[in-house]
Amino acid sequence: MIHGLGFGGLYLLAFSGVLVDLYRCTASSNSSPSSPAHARFLKAYLIVMVVLAWLAVLTGAYVVYPWYRAAAPHGTVDLSLYPQRLLMASPTTIGWHSLGMEWKEHVAWLAPISITMVAAVFIRYGSDLRNHLQLRRAVLGFAWVAFLAAGLAGFLGAMIDKQAPVKGGATIQLTQGGER
Amino acid sequence: MNMVGDALQNTPSLPNGSGAAAILAAGTGAFALAVLAVAADKWTQLKPALSFYKPTGPLSGVTTMAIVAWLVTWALLEWRWRTRTVAMARVNAFAFVLLLLSILLTFPPIADLL
Repeated sequence: MIHGLGFGGLYLLAFSGVLVDLYRCTASSNSSPSSPAHARFLKAYLIVMVVLAWLAVLTGAYVVYPWYRAAAPHGTVDLSLYPQRLLMASPTTIGWHSLGMEWKEHVAWLAPISITMVAAVFIRYGSDLRNHLQLRRAVLGFAWVAFLAAGLAGFLGAMIDKQAPVKGGATIQLTQGGER
Repeated sequence: MNMVGDALQNTPSLPNGSGAAAILAAGTGAFALAVLAVAADKWTQLKPALSFYKPTGPLSGVTTMAIVAWLVTWALLEWRWRTRTVAMARVNAFAFVLLLLSILLTFPPIADLL
């Protein structure tokens, strides 16, 4: 909930605004420059997005993912507490793990790396970016990648959770023999 | 007067080196992540070494090492390029190739072909 709808959802919602604003602020060397107050607002907005992106991947990797990959003890029949095992137990759902989760767990990290770069470059250059055509292109390109990577990870996460919800609990089973 | 104003407005006040460093480092970090993910998947003996946090498994080491590679690359490039103007078209092309390769390498059907 906090990982997906909280951090991830807010991050994706924030994108619709930032893509338009980034484009408007840096689009052309002939367009009118944005006010200092507006540039300051966009910098703060980008910093919030960077924080949301990192919180989303870190909670995903260190809070939700351990529950997802928990090992079921020998002889467990009800796999509902072990989402990865549940998905892998059926040929109709194994793809959600072998393709969906395996792609999501890595591609999601491209979002915070890319949006951090976008924010850093915008903070350094501000509206001077309109005078750097190539920098502007790269910033907008990486911003799109940050959006698409997060969107893809969010979509796959939602679909996987639909097939095999992560329920959590007091302990995480690390191996088939022991628990932590 | 307007022409002079326009000319001043269109002249970059900062060299592009700092931005180029951030862009190339981001591409490098993404590529490092993909290479480490493939390596952890292919070489089983690497998995325990990359399991920095056991509940998360090798993903913890893959992402931590990729972030370290990204930040170190960024710091080095920033140090070298901060005051310089670099060939930005080449830097962009290289960064986007690395980014594209990282997306392809993290896609399991492609990683499985390696």
